Amino acid sequence: MSERRTIWIFRDYLKCTGCRRCEIACSLQHEGKIWPEASRIRVFMLVPGAEIPHLCAQCHDYPCVASCPVNALSVNDDTGAVLIDKEKCISCLKCMDACPGNIPFLHPGDNKIVICDLCNGDPQCVKVCQDARFDALLLLRQRGIKDITKKLFAQKPEDLTEDVATNIYGEKAEELI
Amino acid sequence: MPRGYAGKFLDVDLSSEKIKDTVFADKILRSFVGGRGLAVKILWDRLGKKWRSVDPLGPENVFLALTGPMTAIYPGARVCISGKSPQSNGIIGSTNSGEFPSELKCAGYDGVIVTGRAEKPVYILVTDDRAEIRDAKHVWGREAPETIRALTKEVRETLANRKPRVGIWRDPGLIYCGPAGENRVRTAAVMQKISHGAGYGGYGAVMGSKNLKAIVAKGRKSLPDVASPGAVKLLWQEVDKRLTRKDRSWPGVWGTGYGGYSVGARSSSEPVRNWQEEWHDEKSFGGPKFDFRYWVKRYWSDFNCGAACMKLAVIKTGPYKGTFTDNPDYELEAYLGPNLGIFDPGKCIYLSALIDYLGYSGINGPNTMAFAAELYQRGIITKEDLGFELKWGDVEAFEKLARKIVKREGIGDILAEGTYRAALKISKMKGVDVTKYAVHVKGVEIGAHGTRSGQDYEPIGYACSVQCGDHTSGVYDAYRDMRMIFLDSAVVCSFCDSDLLWDYYRAITGWDTTEDEWNRTLGHRITHIQRAALLLGGPDIIWDPAVHDDNPPRYYEPLPSGPYKDKTTDKKTVEEMKKEYYEAIGWDERGIPKSEVLRKLGLEDVDNVLEQLRK
Repeated sequence: MSERRTIWIFRDYLKCTGCRRCEIACSLQHEGKIWPEASRIRVFMLVPGAEIPHLCAQCHDYPCVASCPVNALSVNDDTGAVLIDKEKCISCLKCMDACPGNIPFLHPGDNKIVICDLCNGDPQCVKVCQDARFDALLLLRQRGIKDITKKLFAQKPEDLTEDVATNIYGEKAEELI
Repeated sequence: MPRGYAGKFLDVDLSSEKIKDTVFADKILRSFVGGRGLAVKILWDRLGKKWRSVDPLGPENVFLALTGPMTAIYPGARVCISGKSPQSNGIIGSTNSGEFPSELKCAGYDGVIVTGRAEKPVYILVTDDRAEIRDAKHVWGREAPETIRALTKEVRETLANRKPRVGIWRDPGLIYCGPAGENRVRTAAVMQKISHGAGYGGYGAVMGSKNLKAIVAKGRKSLPDVASPGAVKLLWQEVDKRLTRKDRSWPGVWGTGYGGYSVGARSSSEPVRNWQEEWHDEKSFGGPKFDFRYWVKRYWSDFNCGAACMKLAVIKTGPYKGTFTDNPDYELEAYLGPNLGIFDPGKCIYLSALIDYLGYSGINGPNTMAFAAELYQRGIITKEDLGFELKWGDVEAFEKLARKIVKREGIGDILAEGTYRAALKISKMKGVDVTKYAVHVKGVEIGAHGTRSGQDYEPIGYACSVQCGDHTSGVYDAYRDMRMIFLDSAVVCSFCDSDLLWDYYRAITGWDTTEDEWNRTLGHRITHIQRAALLLGGPDIIWDPAVHDDNPPRYYEPLPSGPYKDKTTDKKTVEEMKKEYYEAIGWDERGIPKSEVLRKLGLEDVDNVLEQLRK
């Protein structure tokens, strides 16, 4: 039985401009207005020049889904995205603790968990990044949703920042982190 | 409540440590909008009657950091910094970009108004609908990278402790002053991120004079609601499309950093050795030399900006290894390059980063440094005055000079007063008139665009501007030039300007303001108040329009080299244009706003105060 192709958002941190138009596109799509802290993708700027778009990596084993005590999280078979049942969510943040990158967070409005839903297969963040030919976000198509490499992208912003800053600044990065 | 606004302003008195929210009536906001316009209104209402006696570096001055209704919702988010200027003694609106303005609005504030003076160094932390004054002893004296690092870390930790279970806290946005501001150097900038200076006006010194190191904001709310959400979404997409067009070399692909060669070589309007020349053809200083060797990010940007005029430059080898900054953009590239006799990209990047790290305005500061170098070239100041030789092109010497000025050490204390005030002092000290080498208009050092070749800026662009030497807000005809005042008041970046600006403004605010109303009425009102403050001036310098509504003497010397050799600014043309401009804007033959014009605009209070000048 052949597996379907699913999408996945690759992040090329060295190309992130820090324009945060991904947050604008995301919040316009999901909230109907510009709301950076409700955006499913959040760019961390802990070190100047090392801008880190932080969003769900759709780990092959979905530790967040497994951790949820009330079964509020599920996986969309078509896209591989984690979906949230806001009615069920009790805002316990167990999914954030279970995520290797602590990526989920609480929506500043309704206080329920926020995780990227891949815009049902057509991610707006990737679109605006590509429209401006910044290409920090790329849409990859993969066979199935079980690629174990994806989980390696679920990292804490501090760790990603350290790597990217070292890549850009070399030894100097130690002084900046 | 009008749309596009968070709805309140934070009003902080550092002397009494009192913090309150201030709200402005809709009518005031519709007229003055925000940013520069509203700053002018606030300053006039609070200080207008005693303007002349207000010391810009005294506790009575008001420091303003204001956004506008379009800020962060329209591409190119900026904040407008203002107050009584320690450079012009008038009001300058100086903007810079970064994450601070969007964070401030998301925290529920449209701006911060600071009066008084803290007893010891502090910073103001603004979070969702609250603010506090916090100790800044540990960052006082620190340069940009350390300040950003320390405050980012501290604020994230504080917020995580207060609200640990909402997810990982992001970095806040901040504006801050560097060591230059702390030491009240009149050419100190208010900085944002690593390399964004709001330099014109010298408001870094105002922050320093208030013992205010930084204002830090982190908001979790949405940007303010708009009047027509559907229209704003469409307009955002349309403007964004224009800004990210793939066939534009500028500002996206080349940044402004390709100008360091071309402005000199093509239009002969780039400062070279304190404007003794405006032409050079140094291909070593070409855009690609910066680009191929130093730029590690071709597209670098701030909140809501697809134009991406910034480029991350990093020096990876040699004596300046570890230096990083933006571009440099054209202004710093020119002022810390050819204007200091430097034509080596690496050296220019190094000095440019240094000046930003020190919070020393990258246009105004090096203008003074080049002025000093010309005095050295002419033997008016010597090695004995400086403690070292100051030859054109000598990076080490210029670094020493910058640090001396920023610390106000020795002759640095005089140069820290800015080019014009330093020229007055040195003239007295040395018994020769050196004001003719000072390239400024009314105390504000001029941006890196000359008027002599006729290929770049208008002959009266600076001379009649209420922003003085500011290259971003020159005058033309009292109509077209109102657009820049609007951009500074709605507080969006002029590089993100578009044909959809006014539709966008109306879709956000729901107001019916037209461009024509702005250009004929609202913009003029702001200009007149700025003009009134500028003419009142004081306490140390009072400008005489007959003398000071003019270009610096250097702009009337013939260009000594290049394709426009012997060309210069025509004095007669300047006088004619000046007369026309006075008439168009509504100033009398002496340059004072006319009584009937002010009264027609409802500015009776301004008219009453100006009576003293008409005698």
